[in-house]
Amino acid sequence: MKPGDRLVTDNPDWDSGTAELGHMFRPGELDLSHKVVLYLDEITVSFDGFRALNKLSLTIDSGELRCIIGPNGAGKTTMMDVITGKTRPDEGKAFFGQTLDLTRLSEPEIAHLGIGRKFQKPTIFENHTVFENLELAMKTDKRVWRSLLALLDSAAGDRIAETLQTIRLTAHADRLAGLLSHGQKQWLEIGMLLMQEPKLLLLDEPVAGMTDEETERTGELFLSLAGKHSLVVVEHDMAFVKQLGGKVTVLHEGSVLAEGVLDEVQADARVIEVYLGR
Amino acid sequence: MRPSPARTPFIVRLGRSFDARSWLLVGLFAAFALIAVPLMHLLLPPENPLHLSTYFITLTGKILCYAIVAVAMDLIWGYGGILSLGHGLFFALGGYTFGMYLMREIGRDGSYQSDLPDFMVFLDWKELPWFWTGSDHFLWAVLLVLIVPALIAFIFGYFAFRSRIKGVYFSIITQALTYAAMLLFFRNETGFGGNNGFTDFKRILGYSITAPETRVVLFGLSALALIGTLLLARYLVTSKFGRILTAIRDAESRVMFIGYNPLWYKLFVWTLSAMLCAIAGALYVPQVGIINPSEMAVANSIEIAIWVAVGGRGTLIGAVIGAFIVNLAKSWFTVSFPEYWLFFLGTLFIVSTLWLPQGVVGLYRRLQAGRGSAQDSEPAAAPGAAVATAATVAAVAKGAGV
Repeated sequence: MKPGDRLVTDNPDWDSGTAELGHMFRPGELDLSHKVVLYLDEITVSFDGFRALNKLSLTIDSGELRCIIGPNGAGKTTMMDVITGKTRPDEGKAFFGQTLDLTRLSEPEIAHLGIGRKFQKPTIFENHTVFENLELAMKTDKRVWRSLLALLDSAAGDRIAETLQTIRLTAHADRLAGLLSHGQKQWLEIGMLLMQEPKLLLLDEPVAGMTDEETERTGELFLSLAGKHSLVVVEHDMAFVKQLGGKVTVLHEGSVLAEGVLDEVQADARVIEVYLGR
Repeated sequence: MRPSPARTPFIVRLGRSFDARSWLLVGLFAAFALIAVPLMHLLLPPENPLHLSTYFITLTGKILCYAIVAVAMDLIWGYGGILSLGHGLFFALGGYTFGMYLMREIGRDGSYQSDLPDFMVFLDWKELPWFWTGSDHFLWAVLLVLIVPALIAFIFGYFAFRSRIKGVYFSIITQALTYAAMLLFFRNETGFGGNNGFTDFKRILGYSITAPETRVVLFGLSALALIGTLLLARYLVTSKFGRILTAIRDAESRVMFIGYNPLWYKLFVWTLSAMLCAIAGALYVPQVGIINPSEMAVANSIEIAIWVAVGGRGTLIGAVIGAFIVNLAKSWFTVSFPEYWLFFLGTLFIVSTLWLPQGVVGLYRRLQAGRGSAQDSEPAAAPGAAVATAATVAAVAKGAGV
C-alpha cells in the first residue's frame, strides 16, 4: 500500500454499492479492475426543456471498439460532451473506470486522465505545422512553467516521427496544418489523439470526407488500436461500421434504442423504423 | 544537431531567440541609444547639426516606453488573441506607483515646504495615508511597480478567464475596468492627487530630474527595457508556451481536450503583459514629468491597439514600428494640425484594418515575397525556429532509423 491509497469505502461520496469493490485504489488513477472503462448511468441533459439525453445508460468495456449510430439529434455529440466534461448532466452518473467521476472534472483534467476526443469537424491548429500539432498533443506535463522551458528530446522526436508514419503525413511534417486536405486533417486529428496516449478514444465521424481507400486504412488503424485502447466511434458510414465489426449501439431521442452486432441491430424492427428505414 | 537540448542553459536558449541579423540590429540600436545619443546630446554644442535636443530625447524616450507597451499588447492580442482595451490602466498604475516615490523625493521643496506632497497639504491632510508607507524608498517603489499592477491584472484575469469571457466581451470589460479606475483616481479622497495627479518632480535618487545626464540615463534605461521586452517576448513566442498560446487563439477547445488548461496560459501572458506595461509606465513618468488619471482614459488604451494594428499583429517588431509611426505622426500633427489628429488616427486604423491586415510588417513581407520567387505563401508568421526544430527532430528520427 502506497501513501495516498485509501479504501474505497472511506469516501462518503460514493454509495454503498462501491464498497463491495473491497480493494485499494489510488486517487486520480484509472481503475479498470472490473474491466469497464466507461460507465454512463441514466444520464439526462436538457437544453431549454429539450431532452438531448434521456436516461442514457451505456457501458464500454476496457479494450472494446464500440460503434454508435443514430439519426441526427439522437444525442451522440451531447453524450461525448458529457464524457469529456464540456456539458454537465442534469442527472445521472458518468464514471471513467471504477472511481473517476467525470461529472466533477474539467475538460483538461479529463483529457489528462486519458480520454481523447476527435470532433466531428476536424479541429486542428491550422497555423501550426503538422509536426507542431503532434508536439502539442503529446502526453507530457502540460503545466505552464513546463511549457515555458520545454525542449523536445530525441525520444519525443521519435514518438512524433512514429505517429507521422502511422497517419502517413511524414512528408507533410513541416507544412501548415491548414493547408492539408480534409482527409489528411482528419488523420492529423487522429494522430494528435494517439500522441495523447489515451485509454479511451472518442471519435466523432472520423471518416467523413475520406476516400474509400483512406476510410479502409482508418478502419485498419482503429482495429489495431482496439485491445490496448478502448474506442467509441460515432459514424454514419455503415460500410465502415461493418468493417470495424464489434458491438453497435443505436441511439434515438437521447437514449439507447438497441445494442448488439450490426446484423442483429439492422434486423431490429424499431431500428429500421427510426433510422435505417428512413 | 544538439545532442541533449534539455540541458542547454536557459540563458543560451534566450540568446538563440534572436537570429544573427536580429542581434546585429539590436546591437546597433543599443550602441545608438547608449553611446551615440548621450554623446550627441551631452558633448556636442547646440549649434552643431548633429546635436540632439532635449526635445528629441524626451520625445523618443517617451515613444520607447510606448513601444514596450505595444510589444506587451502584441503578446496578448497578436499571439494570445485577447484584445485588451484597458492596457493603459497598467501603464498608468506603473506610473503612479513610481510617481509616489518621485513625489516623496520632492521633500520640502514643494510650494508648501511640507514633508507631505503638496496636494495633501492642500487637502489639509496631516499625515500620509497608509499605502504611502515606504514610498520614499526607491527599491520599494520599484518593487511596487513590479507587483501591484501585476497583482491587479492577475486577480481580474483569473475571474475573467475562469468565467471564459472572450472576444469583444473581454474587451468591453477591460474598457470598463480602466474607466472605473480613472473615475476613482479623479477623486481627491483616493490619495493620488485627484485630477492633477503627480507633477513638479524635482529629483530621482538625489539627482535633478531635469538634468541632461538624468534624461540620458532614463532614455538609455528605456531602450534597455525595450530590448529586454523584445527578447523575452521573442523567447516566449518561439517556445512551446508560445505555440500553445497561438493554439489557444486559434482553437481553444482543442487545446483543452488535449489536456492544457487555457486559464493558466492566458493568465500568465496577461499578467506578464500588464507587468511590462507597468515597467514602461514607471520609466515614462520621470521623463514626461507628470502622471494623471487621463492616462487611464479609454481612448489611450484603444490607441495602444492601433499602434499594434498599424505595425502588424503577431510580429513583435511590428508593435515597435507601429508605436513609432503613430506617435511620431501624432507629435507632428498635434503641433501642425491639432484638430485633425483624431481623424487621421481613425483613417489610419481603417486603412490598416482593411488593406493591411498584417500592418506595415505584413506589407514589407508581401513586397519581399513578391520580389522573391514563388515561395510558399504562408498565412501567418510561422515561427522559423519551430520549423528548424521540426527539421532537427526529423533528422534525429531518420538517424535512429525510425
